[in-house]
Amino acid sequence: MAHIRLDNVTKKFGLHAAVDGLTLDIADGEFFVLLGPTGAGKTTTLRLIAGLEKPDDGKIEIADQDVHQWSASERDVALVFQYYSLYPRYTVRQNLAFPLKSNARNCSQAEIDERIARAAKTLRIGHLLERKTDRLSGGEMQRVSIGRAIVREPRAFLMDEPLSNLDAKLRESLRAELKELQMKLKSTFLFVTHDQIEAMSMGDKVGILNEGKIVQVGTPYEIYNKPKNIFVASFVGSPSINLMPAELANGHVTALSGKLKIVAPRSKTNGAVTIGIRSEDITVGPKEQVAAHIHDVENHGVEKIVTLRVDDQFFKATAPSSLELKIDGTVKFSFNPDKLHFFDAASGASRA
Amino acid sequence: MAEIILRDIEKYFGAVYVIRKLNLTIKHREFVVLLGPSGCGKTTTLRAVAGLEDVDSGDILIDGKPVQQLEAGDRDIAFVFQLFALYPHLTAYENIAFPLRATSESKASVEAKVRAVAKSLQIEHLLGKRPSALAGGDMQRVAIGRALVRRPKAMLMDEPMGALDAKLREEMRTELKRLHLENESTTVYVTHDQVEAMSLADRIAIMNEGVLQQVGTPDDVYHRPANLFVAQFVGSPVMNIAAANVKADGSRSLLALGKGAAPFEFPKSLIRHLSDAKANDLTVGIRPEGVLVSQTETAGYVPVTAHLIEPLGAYDIVDLKVGAQLVRARTASGYVSKVGARVWARLDPAQTHFFDTRTTDSLRIRLVDGAH
Repeated sequence: MAHIRLDNVTKKFGLHAAVDGLTLDIADGEFFVLLGPTGAGKTTTLRLIAGLEKPDDGKIEIADQDVHQWSASERDVALVFQYYSLYPRYTVRQNLAFPLKSNARNCSQAEIDERIARAAKTLRIGHLLERKTDRLSGGEMQRVSIGRAIVREPRAFLMDEPLSNLDAKLRESLRAELKELQMKLKSTFLFVTHDQIEAMSMGDKVGILNEGKIVQVGTPYEIYNKPKNIFVASFVGSPSINLMPAELANGHVTALSGKLKIVAPRSKTNGAVTIGIRSEDITVGPKEQVAAHIHDVENHGVEKIVTLRVDDQFFKATAPSSLELKIDGTVKFSFNPDKLHFFDAASGASRA
Repeated sequence: MAEIILRDIEKYFGAVYVIRKLNLTIKHREFVVLLGPSGCGKTTTLRAVAGLEDVDSGDILIDGKPVQQLEAGDRDIAFVFQLFALYPHLTAYENIAFPLRATSESKASVEAKVRAVAKSLQIEHLLGKRPSALAGGDMQRVAIGRALVRRPKAMLMDEPMGALDAKLREEMRTELKRLHLENESTTVYVTHDQVEAMSLADRIAIMNEGVLQQVGTPDDVYHRPANLFVAQFVGSPVMNIAAANVKADGSRSLLALGKGAAPFEFPKSLIRHLSDAKANDLTVGIRPEGVLVSQTETAGYVPVTAHLIEPLGAYDIVDLKVGAQLVRARTASGYVSKVGARVWARLDPAQTHFFDTRTTDSLRIRLVDGAH
């Protein structure tokens, strides 16, 4: 059981602060996802918690205890990496037994067998136990790596992009499996990724990290629907949220060179803003408001993603797969006024 | 002009049979995507067209002429790789101009061509830079520019976006499609990413273990998959698949997934279709959007439990427990409130696919003629 807290933690490499005054609170039994672009400081944060790096400043607590003086092994957290670090010439069973054989742990053979059996059942790798790890597929290897973390029964699991070397189909199924696993084990999971779909689909909470600082922490729903600024708004969601300059005056929003005019749903201060709207909040069809040029149509099976152009402004809308749309043709669209996001034109901060 | 015909192509690597009697015609100006998992033979096929790989039997024809005897350089085909393969010591301009060095073109004509290509790729401002000073997406734009500058008959691309991050891939997809429309060069594109294939292709050729599984438009392969492999390879989240039993029940038929689960209602005509198709064991497939979910008890719907919820922002993917079987549904964001909730579900007959379990082939039963 472990509640993890970071209080104003800073870690510098040379002059560069990889983690910069980071404060984070991960509840016991929570699936917390740290999401951010390459170089945001995600992996450094994980390594600081694991005890593989020492912070230059700030405090790290695991289960309300300051762990500054504790070695990595004393912290009793398990790390799962992007690259499965298994012993290639050993069987799956030997790989799983390995972390339990250390003198510090002092497990009896009966207990080792029992823990392996339990982990194998949870991860559905029972049939692979006697197989050498170099004869496993990527997905199986990653399950075994996770198994090696599970048998230790650690206080928390720290996962560093464990799905990113797997192909799309496998990632999709392991996503659901990992989430299920966490619900079953009821352990604290800290999962690091740059993939917003992983973050949204698995996290109880998502923390968005950029340049060593937390930008926003919230449920997937909050992150997606109430982004704090343009960075968060554009980092989650696919296709990316559409952003465009607009003018707010007398309760109306005007955009697209005056071609689009909608009633602002809430009272807003007047002046220049950046508006954001997600593709699914733009409706396309013969009865809609404004005409646009069709720049591209992508068939995604379940729906179409259409890139529209009005003058020099491009934006993407989601259309039903049955709607006939021709590239370089024309179509009408409307924005759903309730789903507009307003950002400060200069700072990018949400004005909601 | 370029029409590419592959006729009975076979290829072995030692004892491994990597391409098995492949037949495919790529029409003039067409954008065909070879899609499949790693090791399915798609890259080998592409390399054979390029002349980078010999085939063991069969013919490759470009505009009606067999090309097996031609060197790669004589096939008038441009190749773009996943890794950018630019000359590090040359500027973007020099990299793009490189393929023209052997032609006897004037400096002015070379410059005009390089600038025209750079303009269509929107990299004019980068022409003076070396590759090391370019971002990944720009490097790939330069690589594509180098392929385009010769105005080749055909463009062959091997996972050209594989090394780019998700956001950039999204942008590059649109650019590449526009570029294809403007240049009208016949394009063969290899990828394992079904979203890329669906978004870019006029037609998709899906391969598995060296065997061509289906060739069709994105609509065909998504809505009318020829077999279980195609059904599960295309579409995300993956199509639900389960063994099923069907029996008649008055004016309707009942379809049960596994034992003990409450059966789903289907039109009575399903029984006739199944007997016409001479199906043995039956596997049904249904995409998450074909699983209809209701918060309230509804006629024709079966009670189920929410096992897992994946909120994806624009919509949710909900794993429903139907007896011992999990079925994934796509719902509006937040529609199913929490894990463990009881809801009601129905399989939309128009969106249900039927396969022969043994052969894995589609039985080509379409219950209601929907939009597709």
